[in-house]
Amino acid sequence: MTERKVVPYTGNMATAEALRQINPDVVAAYPITPQTEIMHFFANYVANGLVDTEFMTVESEHSALSAAVGAAAAGARAMTATAGPGLALMWEILGVASGMRLPIVIPVVNRALSAPINIHCDHSDMMGARDQGCIMLFSENAEEQYDNVIQAVRIAEDERVRLPVIIGMDGFIISHSIENVSLLTDDEVKKFVGKQTLTHSLLDIDNPVTHGPIAMADSYMEFKRQQREAMMNAYKVIREAGEEFAELKGKKYEHIETYKTEDAEYILIVMGSAAGTAKYTVDGLREKGEKVGLIKVRTFRPFPYYDVVDVIDASNVKAIGVMDRAETFGGYSGPLFEEVCTSLYTRGKIYPITGIVYGLGGRDCNLNHIEEAFDVVKRKAAGMDVPPVTYLNLRV
Amino acid sequence: MAQVSDKPKFVTREEVKMPPLKELTSMRDKIAPGHRLCTGCVAGTILRQMFMAAEAADYTLIIANATGCVEVCTSIYPYTSWKVPWIHNAFENAAATITGVEAAYKALKKKGMLPSDKKVKFVALAGDGGTYDIGFQSLSGAFERNHDFIYVCYDNEAYMNTGIQRSSATPRHASTTTQPAGKVIPGKPQPKKWMPEIAVAHGIPYVAQLAPSNFNDFFKKFTKALNTEGPSYLNIFCTCPRGWRAKEEEGILISKLAVETNYWPLFEVENGSWKINYKPKERKSVVEFLKKQGRFKHMFKSGNEHLIEELQQDVDKRWERLLKLEQL
Repeated sequence: MTERKVVPYTGNMATAEALRQINPDVVAAYPITPQTEIMHFFANYVANGLVDTEFMTVESEHSALSAAVGAAAAGARAMTATAGPGLALMWEILGVASGMRLPIVIPVVNRALSAPINIHCDHSDMMGARDQGCIMLFSENAEEQYDNVIQAVRIAEDERVRLPVIIGMDGFIISHSIENVSLLTDDEVKKFVGKQTLTHSLLDIDNPVTHGPIAMADSYMEFKRQQREAMMNAYKVIREAGEEFAELKGKKYEHIETYKTEDAEYILIVMGSAAGTAKYTVDGLREKGEKVGLIKVRTFRPFPYYDVVDVIDASNVKAIGVMDRAETFGGYSGPLFEEVCTSLYTRGKIYPITGIVYGLGGRDCNLNHIEEAFDVVKRKAAGMDVPPVTYLNLRV
Repeated sequence: MAQVSDKPKFVTREEVKMPPLKELTSMRDKIAPGHRLCTGCVAGTILRQMFMAAEAADYTLIIANATGCVEVCTSIYPYTSWKVPWIHNAFENAAATITGVEAAYKALKKKGMLPSDKKVKFVALAGDGGTYDIGFQSLSGAFERNHDFIYVCYDNEAYMNTGIQRSSATPRHASTTTQPAGKVIPGKPQPKKWMPEIAVAHGIPYVAQLAPSNFNDFFKKFTKALNTEGPSYLNIFCTCPRGWRAKEEEGILISKLAVETNYWPLFEVENGSWKINYKPKERKSVVEFLKKQGRFKHMFKSGNEHLIEELQQDVDKRWERLLKLEQL
């Protein structure tokens, strides 16, 4: 393994660096806090000739993804990046991109949705788009975002998959915090992402293709079923990409990451930056002799239901807490909670489980709040009355 | 993106060589029969006229089609009428989509990855709803970014695909399903939005208004747009027999009357210079145009004479403005 260059980068800098190394054919983007910085860095690369990209500074996120769809259908390696309300504006076209099986890579800086308007982190943007047929990865820190964006190109373009990939990192918490990031060399990235193959390109005028036809009731379901199969294939392809990436960088990426779950009695499940805080909290509680553990979900779509259940099953779990950084108003609890419950129930595994909502609109989630979350799980294990959803760090 | 050049050079009308009709009509169609456009739909005629001009100039059109009549009628899976590369994305983003394709063309050309080096032209194709209304932002952005493409609006003056709802392209007093001629309100109260001048305001090199009844003029304008580097906007009159309550066989006749009454003047704007391409010797009354169409029927009831007068005023005002613009 070569000595890696380690740099002090924010999540946005790391994402922009990944984009520079990938050197996409077309990038179309529209400014929205806290994504803006990614495009500032990237625009500088364009202005200084460090990339070959056709950079389209479009007039909305809707047009950004629309242009990316056109570019990808023409056979270009196309990307965009956005956050919160920008992803919401793209929502219609996310379904078009996945339905047309276009491998567009979309880094998202997770931001709360309006109203009230709020520029800070939560996962309501990606959770709102979760059924639009895109692969979804969540990063814990800047380096993971860098690594995930690079892997996303391979995953999206794999012939067994051909789907858009959204890679989320927590707004400000990751996007604007400086951390150590270990980089690959330009050549390594170039080799890892490879050269795209032109598939059904709009520019192949000798073999004209029709993209995006109308499908009536006699064929629409077959298209959707194929998308489901592509998503199932993605489960395997994401794992393969992670394994190959590990050979390159020594860091292994799987669908989930487990932390001290083997003998754990109380398990929290979480996505994004809170996983780092939670690992630290687990260490602290372990020192006090508490049997606590953590599951971090990296792949939200396709949801790794087997992996999650297998890990829970192999532990000494007494109760589980699922932490959602998004609401499902009127539902039992958050979206991650629902996925975990379904995964367990369908395998015949019934454990005490409770939902915890935290960090909406950038509300702090510190060590003491994670400890509070474990307290809720312990109360649940003890058979005490716990509401369907506990809000952490709520002002009273 | 194309460099913004001060004054692109144009092919003059005289330079456009139109092959004999016999030759044009024997060209291999790029739009296959079997599509589901209504009997008498003029959109199909417009497409064929476009393809004739493109073929004569040896261009392959690569088309992004907004949701609408043409889109749904030509691409019913597993069939397609399109013998050229074609993409449908959504209703409001034909311009953004085609500029993405154009950007991909430039990127892949740089990389030496283009599958063909033949001449291509990028075309966004939309109805008036997808242009004047929901696609307006996407269109404006694409013009401002100066991509090399032709935006074709086939303007049938309402949302025909969804069932004849009014759009901002619907003329004053026309009856539509969302502004029907009633006892209190006689159809659409507002005049038609004038899209060509809005396009001109973007400072794009070429804007023109076309009618399928005037094929010679149509051919020249489309050929000029093909040869223009940067964005062109073509506003094309498109009779809709179903939506206008007109006779199926009178689509081209109505188009002709629209031109002869100055309802649909033929003009072009090169680098901001306006030129009226046809001035009727004796301008016909707008009544000649209106009486062929059921959407204006209520205007002919006694006591409603003022409605016709108001629409005539709209037409005259626009014509006078055109004459002034030509003098600039």
